[in-house]
Amino acid sequence: MSVKVYIPCDAAALSMGADDVAQAIAQQGGHDVQIIRNGSRGMLYLEPLVEIETVKGRMAYGPVGVDDVEDLFAADFLNGGDHVLGHGLTEQIPYFANQDRLTFARVGVIDPLNLKEYERHGGLSGLKKALKMTPDAIVETVLESGLRGRGGAGFPTGIKWKTALAQPDGQKYICANADEGDSGTFADRMLMEGDPFSLIEGMIIGGRAIGADTGYIYIRSEYPHAIKTMRRAVHIMENTGWLGDDIQGDGPDFHVIIRVGAGAYICGEESSMLESIEGKRGQVKVKPPIPAISGLFDKPTIVNNVLTLASVPFILSEGAQAYADYGQGRSKGTQPFQLAGDIQQGGLVEMAFGVSIDTLINDFGGGTYTGKAVKAVQIGGPLGGYMPPHTFKTTMGYESLAQAGGMIGHGGLVVYNEDTDMMSMARYAMEFCEIESCGKCTPCRVGSVRGKETLDKIAAGEDVAANLAVIEDLCDLMEGASLCAMGGLTPMPVRSAMQNFPDEFIGPDTKNTKQAAE
Amino acid sequence: MVTLLNTVEDAAARAICSAHNDRPDELLEILHEVQAGTGYLSDEALRTIAFALNITRADIHGVVSFYHDYKRSPPARQTIKICRAEACQAVGANDLIAQAQKIFGVPLNAGGADIALEAAYCLGNCALGPAVMIDEQLYGRVSMKGLQKLSMKHFEGSKAKAVQTKELTSKESKS
Repeated sequence: MSVKVYIPCDAAALSMGADDVAQAIAQQGGHDVQIIRNGSRGMLYLEPLVEIETVKGRMAYGPVGVDDVEDLFAADFLNGGDHVLGHGLTEQIPYFANQDRLTFARVGVIDPLNLKEYERHGGLSGLKKALKMTPDAIVETVLESGLRGRGGAGFPTGIKWKTALAQPDGQKYICANADEGDSGTFADRMLMEGDPFSLIEGMIIGGRAIGADTGYIYIRSEYPHAIKTMRRAVHIMENTGWLGDDIQGDGPDFHVIIRVGAGAYICGEESSMLESIEGKRGQVKVKPPIPAISGLFDKPTIVNNVLTLASVPFILSEGAQAYADYGQGRSKGTQPFQLAGDIQQGGLVEMAFGVSIDTLINDFGGGTYTGKAVKAVQIGGPLGGYMPPHTFKTTMGYESLAQAGGMIGHGGLVVYNEDTDMMSMARYAMEFCEIESCGKCTPCRVGSVRGKETLDKIAAGEDVAANLAVIEDLCDLMEGASLCAMGGLTPMPVRSAMQNFPDEFIGPDTKNTKQAAE
Repeated sequence: MVTLLNTVEDAAARAICSAHNDRPDELLEILHEVQAGTGYLSDEALRTIAFALNITRADIHGVVSFYHDYKRSPPARQTIKICRAEACQAVGANDLIAQAQKIFGVPLNAGGADIALEAAYCLGNCALGPAVMIDEQLYGRVSMKGLQKLSMKHFEGSKAKAVQTKELTSKESKS
C-alpha cells in the first residue's frame, strides 16, 4: 500500500517552496507514495511541513527544503524514521496540541477540495441540521452561541441575522467579506485555501436563516491562490447539488458568486465592499440605513467576515452551548490569532478568548525572529494600537483589549523589535490612510495628509510642542468626524505610539542619535 | 444621415463584456479580464466597455482610477510586488525596497520597461516576511540576493512561455 504524504498547498507554504518539495518527493523513484496537497497546519515557521501517515498517526518533518529530500528518504521518513527535521507526531507538537481548533478543525488535515473527506471530518452536518430547522431557530442558535463578527467590529452575528430575517420576504443577499487587508492577518486566506467548503456551508446556513438565495464572496486580488481554491470549491458544490436550485433535491435555492477585489484596502469596510460588488468605486456609504435593511442593490444584506461564517457550521452541528463554553465574558468562542512580524514561530493559533498577549507571542511565538527584545505588539491590523511589553498580561477579548487601549480587530498580532522607530510607524499609519482613504469624507482624506506632514515637522524639530498639539487635535477630529473606521481608527496607532513611546516624539535629537548609532 | 460611432474598437473587450452579459455590476471582473489579456486598460478598451455596459466613460474612469490594480499604460516586462505593510516592515521590508530600487535602478511605483517595483499592502504572508509576489507567485523570507534570483527565474520562465506560445501558434498555422 502506498504511503500517504501530505504537503501543503497553502500560499505561505508555497512561498517557502512547497511545490518544489512535492516535485522532489514525487520524483524519488522506487517508493510508493501518494502525495496529498493539504492546507497548512498553521505552524508557518515549519513550512514546508511534510507529514507522513503512519500507523501511530501523522509524523511531521519541517521546514523541508528540496535539498533535504534525499536525506529524508535515506532516514526512512516514509516509515516515520528519525531525522533532524522531524518533530514527531504533528498533533503532539505543543504549538498545535495546545490550541482550541473549532473553526480551523479541518485546515491542514484534509485535502481542501475533497468533499468526501470534508464530510468524513464533520463537514455538512451543521448544514444538514439547519435545513431541518426554521429560520428563527437558526438565528436563535447563532444568537445563543454569542458569536460576534470576526472582521474587527465584533458586532453580535445573531442580531445582524435577526434584523435581516425581520425584513419582508423578497430578494436578500449574504456576503462573505474576504477582503482581508489588515497587515498581520492571514486567517481568512488560510481558511479559504485549507477548508473552503466550511465557508460555503456557513453561507448556505446564513442564507437559509435570513431567506437569501444568493451569496457573494468578495476576495482581495492579492490572494490568487484563495481565489482559485474558492472557485473550484463552489464548482464542486454545484456539481454535487449543495449549491444551485433546490439544494439536495428539496432544499432552498442558494447560489454563490465570487467577486475579486482590485487592490483597495477600504473595500474591507462593508458599505464600500457592497459598492464594489455592484461594480462601482469602493466608496463608503453613510449609515443608516444599515445593510441588513438596505444593502447590496438596496436589498437586505448580511455582510459577515470569512471566519464568522466558517464558525457557523460548528455552532449548528455541536450546539450553541458547545461554542459558548469557550471564551470569557462577552467574548465567546474562539479566535484564530495570527502571529506575525518579527516573530520566531509565526503562524495561526486558534484559542478561546482569554489567552494573554504574553502566552501568544512568547509561549507560542517563541519571541522575536531576530533575537532582539520586543518593543511593541500591534494588535488588530494597521488601525490597531501599539501595545508595549508592560501590557502583555492583557487577555485577548473584545472588552479586555479595549480597556487596555487596544482592539482585537481580526486577531492579528505583529511583533516589533527594539530597533523600531515608533515615529516612523506613526507616520506610516497616516501615510497608509492617505493612500487607502476612499476620499469621501474630509477628516480621513485631508486629515491623513496633514497628519503625515505634521509628524514630518515634529521629526524635523519644527515647533515640536505646538505640532504635537496639532496632532492631538487632528486625531480628535478624525476619530469623531470620519465616516468609517478607516479615518476613525487611524489615530489609534498614532496615539498609542505617542503615549507609549513619548521619548521618540521630541524632535530630531532622538533621530540623530539613532542615525549615529546605525 | 446619422453616422454610427465605431463602438467596438476592441474586439477582445467586447467579447469579455458579452461573456458577462453586458452587466454593469460585473465591471470589476470585466476590467480584470481585459487587463489579464493585454496587461493594461487602453482607451479603446474602456470606450468599448462603456458602450457595451451602457455606462458613461466618466463612470468607468472613476472605477479604474479608484482601484490600485488597474493600469492605464503597458506594464513592465516584470512587475515585482514587495509588501511594505507593518508585518513585513517589522522584518526589514523597507531595507529590501531601498536596496531593490538601487539594484534594479527603478523607483518604487514608477513603472519601468523591464522591471517595475510596486508596493503591496499585505500579501497575507505576514509570518514569513519580507514577502514578495511575482506573476501571482508568492515568496517569503526574501532577501535582496533572493529577490535577484527570483527575478531572473521569472524572466526565464516568461521567455520559456513566449517560446512555447510561438511554437504553438506556428503549429496551429501549419495545421
